[in-house]
Amino acid sequence: MRIFLEQMLNGLTIGSFYALIALGYSMVYGVMKLINFAHGDLFTLGSYLGFTLLVWGNAYVTSHLGLAAGMIAAMLIAAIGIGTAGIIVERIAYRPIYPAGRLPAVVSALGVSIFLQNMIMVIWGPRYQAYSVNVVPTVHFEMGGIHFTLLQIIILILSFILLALLYYIIQKTTFGSAIRASALDRDTAALMGININTVIFFIFTLGPALGGIAGVMVGMYYRQISFTMGWNYGLKAFTATILGGIGNIPGAMVGGLLLGIFEMLGSAYVSTAYKDVFVFLVLILVLIFRPRGLLGEKVAEKV
Amino acid sequence: MFKDSNLNTEKLVESKAVKKRINMVQEVVLETQKLTKKFGGLIAVNNFDLKVNRGEISSLIGPNGAGKTTVFNVITGLYQADGGKVIFKGEDLGGKKPHGIVTKGIARTFQNIRLFSNMTCLENVMAGQHCCSKEGTWSSIFGTSYQKKEESEIRKIAKRLLQQVGLWKFEDELAKNIAYGNQRMLEIARALASNPDLLILDEPSSGLNDKESEDLMNFLKGLLKENLTILLIEHHMNVVMGISDWVTVMDEGKKIAEGVPEDIYRNPLVIEAYLGKEEEGEI
Amino acid sequence: MKLNENIILKNWFIFVVMALLAVSPFMMNNYWIDVFFFFGIYALLGLSLNLVLGEVGLFDLGHMGFMAIGAYTTAILNTHFGIPIIFLMPVSALTAAGFAWLVCSPIIHLRGDYLCIVTIGMGEIIRLILINNPFGITGGPNGVFGIDFLSLGGPLIIDSSIESYFVIWIVVGLTIFALINLQRSRVGRAWNCIREDEIAAESTGIDVRYYKLLAFVLGAGLAGVAGNIYASKLMIVSPESFSFMESCMLFCIVLIGGMGSIPGVIIGSAAVSLFPEIFRAFAKYRMLIFGAAMVIMMIFRPGGIWPRKRGSLEFKSLLTKAGEDNV
Repeated sequence: MRIFLEQMLNGLTIGSFYALIALGYSMVYGVMKLINFAHGDLFTLGSYLGFTLLVWGNAYVTSHLGLAAGMIAAMLIAAIGIGTAGIIVERIAYRPIYPAGRLPAVVSALGVSIFLQNMIMVIWGPRYQAYSVNVVPTVHFEMGGIHFTLLQIIILILSFILLALLYYIIQKTTFGSAIRASALDRDTAALMGININTVIFFIFTLGPALGGIAGVMVGMYYRQISFTMGWNYGLKAFTATILGGIGNIPGAMVGGLLLGIFEMLGSAYVSTAYKDVFVFLVLILVLIFRPRGLLGEKVAEKV
Repeated sequence: MFKDSNLNTEKLVESKAVKKRINMVQEVVLETQKLTKKFGGLIAVNNFDLKVNRGEISSLIGPNGAGKTTVFNVITGLYQADGGKVIFKGEDLGGKKPHGIVTKGIARTFQNIRLFSNMTCLENVMAGQHCCSKEGTWSSIFGTSYQKKEESEIRKIAKRLLQQVGLWKFEDELAKNIAYGNQRMLEIARALASNPDLLILDEPSSGLNDKESEDLMNFLKGLLKENLTILLIEHHMNVVMGISDWVTVMDEGKKIAEGVPEDIYRNPLVIEAYLGKEEEGEI
Repeated sequence: MKLNENIILKNWFIFVVMALLAVSPFMMNNYWIDVFFFFGIYALLGLSLNLVLGEVGLFDLGHMGFMAIGAYTTAILNTHFGIPIIFLMPVSALTAAGFAWLVCSPIIHLRGDYLCIVTIGMGEIIRLILINNPFGITGGPNGVFGIDFLSLGGPLIIDSSIESYFVIWIVVGLTIFALINLQRSRVGRAWNCIREDEIAAESTGIDVRYYKLLAFVLGAGLAGVAGNIYASKLMIVSPESFSFMESCMLFCIVLIGGMGSIPGVIIGSAAVSLFPEIFRAFAKYRMLIFGAAMVIMMIFRPGGIWPRKRGSLEFKSLLTKAGEDNV
């Protein structure tokens, strides 16, 4: 039981990473029907930006202003930096291609992904980089026999706040319904007076920004980052998007958390080596038996 | 309800026509029995009965949203019926996939033209013959003489069909590049290529001007000589009046009237169905 | 003879390229012959994916999985049972094809983007299983080594660069012959109709499910053959050669070359395999340039370098910005 609860906690933590990244995929796919392959690499870039501030800056902020300030600064830089990067990518690589259809967009997205990944490698080097211990809280607790860390609590609380904030924006504000409308039918939404450019701006800044924050969190949690991690996280986060129902934003959150839990349970009770296989199997089974995901709606094609 | 005495005799005439049709010894090519199709809570087609006789042109009319295209989609296998049956040449078509239904002898066109846009007109019509040809993968890979012979036959038949619909000039033109009216005719040519017994056309004169509609009418009448039966959805009343042998009227998923064109034209229920709604019929 | 029906005139580019390829190894050193060998492998793989992606329009981003199956079938059966490579060529093709049939049947109905994700997942599952060395037969991350050379009997053992070069390019040549025939048959036509409009194709009498599966099975079989030749040349196979990135490269070959276009695929394969060599001087900036090049290509020529031409010679389609496809 104790292990189960610890694994659940681990699962939720990892799930929050997936959820934050998944939101970026879901928003972009929902409105633009584009799988933003570059999103995973934007997440990685966020992680490296945090690393740059915290470690390369000789832990300047942390040593002068404390651990918390360091963490907040890293996440802010990552959010702003990656949010900007996201919209730049959209303007340069995607916007010119919209009229050409979906397949060229896939190639372009892959091209951006390759570019970003290698850019990270060129700037920061091909080897693993590490968030050093002194920039990360190491306090851990034990409660009722269950072992957990302060970092986990921070991550969970922060993720919860971000997810709740986004949920509020999407579900309860007028702009949020504009986004949801655009995700359902972009052309009609435009005809109804919704400024699609504003919606696009939002999804390509906020989505990547959340991914950037997730990147910093991952850096702090695992402490080791590499320029190839975007691909792995990206694919899993996309699995989470599908699990929750593509284009459905609360679905992405639910999907991410569930996937994290599945992965941890699979790793603990089935096999660590095959845990990724397990995740992909979940993906394939969902797509075969319930392609609309857990929260998605059935969309019939009009003939 | 009927104020004029005229209408009484018309009602009599109508039922006479119906009785006459029931008593006629004619082969029923297509029949739907209590056909029902639901989408979630919406009943799009509700216990719908339709009969089409061999060699006639039958029209299915009704206001927008009546369920006409849904009926076509169920008949041609794109949707599975939730209740009732579709019987074609005496055989129950239930559960068959669309390509199988084409092999049985039903070919169709679509309300919003669905051509293979980036293929040539000739290739579009050649594609129509797919179900009637048989050379398979291996003979195609090796380019056997049988395969080449069949290919050249297919090409010949396609050219003939293009000539028949007046599009022989556009043989090598991409389907997306020809004019709208020609695209409609191309779709019909493609449907004819599968050598059907029953041709189902969904609003074939939609988007055509009066001259083009008239040419289409004459063309369709001409097809009857080739032992074809035609079932149409139409909104242009002059087309319906001009060529139909029989008209069935649908509204909100149900059949509300059927008969010869003249009777339907004056049927108060039909008029109410069209004019009583927000959309404009073309009466 | 009409342009349409003259097969040599219509495919002149391919004939010229094949003629050049036939004579060029005698003018290159071994290093470059090997580079062109891999060009040939990419060409074969590109052609195999072209069946699925180019002709039918199915998003397959896990195609290397089929090659991996072919390569490992060859590797395992050869090292454990000593079966000669030449017999293993059809065996690998059949294994990969059979696997494709088994695994694609339940997912073949999926819509474009979803199919894309499932194929990515499939490719990854195969790679992960290979790494984890189930039953001890796949050798884990190090793979399987000690694979024999291809032997055609007697003294004819393919053990030099120039010999492997000719093997792969002869296979590519035969494949091109078969594919051109398929393009001009009702099978190829059915595939293209499915790509244009699946519902219209089904309603025109084409068994869409059958033809989609057929494309996957044939494509997988060809990829299996590529795996066999690759395994025998390298004498070693390991999971990392069959990564998602490689599947992406194949995808890009078909799209950058021109969907459904055989000359396009050859050009695309050349670009992908020769590009890194030509740009070797740029060292670590190589892939940066490659990624940027992909984006630029799609902005300015989304139809591909050598798009498939149909009917009358449409020169204007070579110059338009909007792609040929309305996916």
